[in-house]
Amino acid sequence: MTVHTIRRDFELFRSEDPPVYFDNSATTQKPDYVIRAAEDFYKSSNANPLRGLYDLAMDATDRYEDARKTVASFIGAGDPSEVIFVRNTTESLNLVSECIASAVEIKEGDNIVVTVSEHHSNLLPWQRLSRRTGASLVFIEPDMTGLISDGELEKKITEKTRLVSVAHVSNVWGRENPVKKIISAAKSVGAVTVIDGAQAVAHTEVDVSMLDCDFYAFSGHKMLAPMGIGVLYGRKDLLEKMDPYMLGGEMIEYVTREDATYAEIPHKFEAGTVNAGGAAGLAAACRYISKTGFNYIRDQENRVTEFLMKEMRRIPGVEIYGSKEPSEHHGIISFNIKDCHPHDVASILNEDHICVRAGHHCAQPLMQYMGIGSCVRASVYAYNTLNEAQRFINCVSRVRKVLGY
Amino acid sequence: MELKDLYREIVNDHNINPLHKYEMEDPDIVLRGVNPSCGDDIILMLKVKDGIITDASYTGCGCAISQASVDMMIDNVIGLTRDDALSRIEIFLGMIDGTVTDEKQLEELDEAMYLSAVSHMPARVKCAVLGWRTLKKILTENTEGTIPGK
Repeated sequence: MTVHTIRRDFELFRSEDPPVYFDNSATTQKPDYVIRAAEDFYKSSNANPLRGLYDLAMDATDRYEDARKTVASFIGAGDPSEVIFVRNTTESLNLVSECIASAVEIKEGDNIVVTVSEHHSNLLPWQRLSRRTGASLVFIEPDMTGLISDGELEKKITEKTRLVSVAHVSNVWGRENPVKKIISAAKSVGAVTVIDGAQAVAHTEVDVSMLDCDFYAFSGHKMLAPMGIGVLYGRKDLLEKMDPYMLGGEMIEYVTREDATYAEIPHKFEAGTVNAGGAAGLAAACRYISKTGFNYIRDQENRVTEFLMKEMRRIPGVEIYGSKEPSEHHGIISFNIKDCHPHDVASILNEDHICVRAGHHCAQPLMQYMGIGSCVRASVYAYNTLNEAQRFINCVSRVRKVLGY
Repeated sequence: MELKDLYREIVNDHNINPLHKYEMEDPDIVLRGVNPSCGDDIILMLKVKDGIITDASYTGCGCAISQASVDMMIDNVIGLTRDDALSRIEIFLGMIDGTVTDEKQLEELDEAMYLSAVSHMPARVKCAVLGWRTLKKILTENTEGTIPGK
């Protein structure tokens, strides 16, 4: 397999003069295979899943539930009913933060632990839970390369800790957090563990059984699938104890005028008509990634990241954040150019049809911790080439001049 | 105008060597303007006497376009009455959203008229209008011309 065979699967890259798409941490492109799977659901199996008693509706239900099984096996979940389809990572994390208190007692004097590098989606829900319960929010502080020390874990995860929620891979540093260690430290004090896998699932194998976490959240659109479909993996016994997040259609068992009993998991957490086309697309994305293989994905990402970091270090005024080791970046390179505001940098790159993200990356506390207002982020995926990396380098090396320095 | 030319011809000079970027002593009005999504963050300071803007300055940080635009705006409005300043602001905002194209009107903006190129760069509109939007807020919320809001 080569990068060029993969690129042929994407309409955007087949077009004449495609842009250099280096914003994969925001969302990836979607291959034909995924788009066809979502389209095919609506073309040939479209009925409201889980409701009808006719063949077409049963076919729709089968497709939707097959998608659940595919996703469960992709992330190593023991039981497909532990896979809840939601819109995205943000919804997953909100679901857990809203409903966890119905299964686990969290009260004043307890601690909820996150890291200072969390995306706002894995911070704001816990801020609210801490305000409601009186529990304190405690921050694990990595060093400036994104590394979390054992000592820091020991200091922050204590007998008072009731819940720990951390990113698997930071969306700014690109560094993998020691989630196995964090989970086992949390387990040893009886705390619930939540992993935000948004930046991990497309780049590295995830096995929730091996991780032994209670919850694992991710979005489809950052792993080649359509927008609007995401997953919350949850441990069965916890999901069963938790109250539902939203109430409505097809999440009930029996309803009277005054009361209701709820359906079994996962349906208890999937009120209303589901995103079946999206689920079919997500299942196709899982198959596409498995077929491509994480070895290939990592190799190509590392090849491009290594080239980028080596060349960027030679450009005067460029500062790269995080680890010095390209393979520890999961394709994410956050950086600044001396005296140049990230938005000007992104605009100048855009003139050369290079797509990057600039701003605070929904991680303002991390920006404050790093002592910067914002930064530029180039994020590559398995379909990006060294040629594209060279175009990026050429443009980055001109930025200071364009801005008059 | 291409982005590179915009920077070279007008923005860089005001960004790197701003005329009005400093902390003013004893201003009559101070107002902060922020673009939350991109982090542009300025503090605008004015001296107002008898309904006329006698001096203005700013501090803060942000992209070159946001900072240069404030600097040019201040150049443009010092010495104006409240109503005249408001009408300049309307011309500028109109230029950026494409509703004001009359050359004569645009010339009132002096150098700031070169920022008209931003009207074709939707991602940068917020940057260009930050200072103007902030000044408009000050002037419309303090109708007496005598400003308490320190």
